[in-house]
Amino acid sequence: MNTAPEIAIDVRGLTKRFGNRTVVHDLSMQVPRGAIYGFLGPNGSGKTTTIRMLCGLLTPDEGEGTCLGYDIRTEADKIKLRVGYMTQRFSLYEDLSVRENLEFVARLYGLADPRGDAQGMIERLGLSGREEQLAGTLSGGWKQRLALGACTLPSPELLLLDEPTAGVDPKARREFWNEIHALAAEGLTVLVSTHYMDEAERCHEIAYIAYGELLTHGTVSRLIERSGLVTYTASGGDVSELAHELTDKPGIDMVAPFGASLHVSGRDPAALEAAIAPYRERPGITWTRTEPSLEDVFIDLMSQARDNFQ
Amino acid sequence: MKAPRAHTGGGFWRRTRAMLIKEFIQLKRDRLSFGMIIMIPLLQLLLFGYAINTTPRDLPTAVLLAENNDVGRSILAAIENTRYFKVTRQVRSEAEFDRLLTTGQVLFAIEIPAGFERALRRGDKPAILIAADATDPVAAGSAMSSLGQVVRTALQHDRLVPDSGAPPFEIRMHARYNPAAETSLNIVPGLVGTILTMTMLIFTALSVTREIERGTMESLLSMPITPVEIMLGKIVPYVIVGFVQAALIIGIGIVLFGVPVLGSLLLLAALSTLFITANLSIGYTFSTVAQNQLQAMQMSIMFFLPNILLSGFMFPFAGMPAWAQWIGETLPLTHYLRIVRAIMLKGATFADLHYDGLTLVAMTIAVTRFRRTLD
Repeated sequence: MNTAPEIAIDVRGLTKRFGNRTVVHDLSMQVPRGAIYGFLGPNGSGKTTTIRMLCGLLTPDEGEGTCLGYDIRTEADKIKLRVGYMTQRFSLYEDLSVRENLEFVARLYGLADPRGDAQGMIERLGLSGREEQLAGTLSGGWKQRLALGACTLPSPELLLLDEPTAGVDPKARREFWNEIHALAAEGLTVLVSTHYMDEAERCHEIAYIAYGELLTHGTVSRLIERSGLVTYTASGGDVSELAHELTDKPGIDMVAPFGASLHVSGRDPAALEAAIAPYRERPGITWTRTEPSLEDVFIDLMSQARDNFQ
Repeated sequence: MKAPRAHTGGGFWRRTRAMLIKEFIQLKRDRLSFGMIIMIPLLQLLLFGYAINTTPRDLPTAVLLAENNDVGRSILAAIENTRYFKVTRQVRSEAEFDRLLTTGQVLFAIEIPAGFERALRRGDKPAILIAADATDPVAAGSAMSSLGQVVRTALQHDRLVPDSGAPPFEIRMHARYNPAAETSLNIVPGLVGTILTMTMLIFTALSVTREIERGTMESLLSMPITPVEIMLGKIVPYVIVGFVQAALIIGIGIVLFGVPVLGSLLLLAALSTLFITANLSIGYTFSTVAQNQLQAMQMSIMFFLPNILLSGFMFPFAGMPAWAQWIGETLPLTHYLRIVRAIMLKGATFADLHYDGLTLVAMTIAVTRFRRTLD
């Protein structure tokens, strides 16, 4: 029997190459049980490859580790039994009905009562009355909920969600996340990759990966604190003109427009203040020192990473 | 602000050309499709051009010479000289004839009975007995019609018969298995194999690529199911589908075309299952190699083409050159056609056909193993 260690995912030095391209390089991470762990990073940074290595779909070229206490190299079949993996694309059968999809999953996992369990999940998902609808005809939000339902049907200990809410409307996204928190409260560990900052902020802990390397990890407030970034928000007036003038000024590492305001950030507070000083008296524009947003931190990490790897 | 891009206006030709350029680029990217564009006509041309011969030559023939003398030998030489026949076996008994014909190892059996020469000289009009496997009327037809004249000329040459007048001997021909030379008797059993090959191949050839294209394969592999289980789960339903198809064709063949089933239906069913499985396995292998459904489809067509042309379905197998026969021997349909025709038309039993059955088993295993080492 599994001894249920406190760490759900514990991997060291994971490396995966496709041909001569290293997609994941020397990646180590620990995910505590019961946590919602956010996995962030730009497109093509190796998030999906990492998730596939964790659930035994890919064999790492180097590195080792355990998932739920099982070796990711040699015990993939045991991991598969206890992990729910939701792929980036809708991965249920569009030409099967809601019920047929759920019953198929239930049978694959050898559940004792596939019909009953599928019916229970239909009710939990709020899909009663639409059991016989073909999965392909569901709206984007419902498809995601159904896919999540299919993943959680065999009562996994760990959920791996690869960009689960891409292309889903805000309301459906919020409901999706409420469900994820409810599942975590029941003791499930969730590793979720996302591009949405508001989703990242809903995670207990996040890790940032770029160019196949894990750059940083921790709680949201720790990451913001550790970034050493100072941000000023300029609002009012012609911010696009201002953005144009400020870009690439020494001392300014990042300029990002947010609607009618502008986030101007730098890693060196003194240099940043010196750089914006000439613009502070510009009429119509108010400057306030603010906390950098998570997005500021990530975009800064990304540009630093690009400097290091390219 | 940048100036808006200049527009020259989009006419019919401009837009058509844009579409055309895009299609060419996509065609160029799909290497396999590009290859097929060259391979399919090339293959067709070579197969049709060189391999197919509707007036086949060198048909395998067994000979029973009851007496060894000049007459017998010159008759044989004359028969071989027509190039329609090729004596591949010398046998000693009629039982052996029957066995060779039933198993399809020879298409003709020629017997020159004891005392033929003496009877000839006495003017008793002795008979040369010729049994032909007429399951394929095309293969047997022209050879049979040429025979009487050939033998007569040979004997005239040896001054054994007069140059004119009624022939002093008789050729007793026996078109076995299909005495009325009905083409449908040959075609219907052949269609069972051809239709099964086509549908079985395509069903499974698309099955894995479809899952990959739709993105369901990834989540399937992340669940506790093994590749072997996936394969079995995908193949078994189509074994049943194939079975229904075979039953349908044979049923219609019996009712509408009067095709007999002389052999054991059970044996036919067992060997058909084997054949269906072999084709499903091949289709499944294509499915794992192809990158998309289009490629899987093209691979199936590439495989189907020689199956139709070189298996003996459309053209007599024995009439093809050796290299084409050699290719034909590697195709499951070739073996299945022999099996179905032999069981339905000749009433063959398993003992006659174990070689063909074994070949099918071997192919199934080979293909299945191939799939496993690809992983």
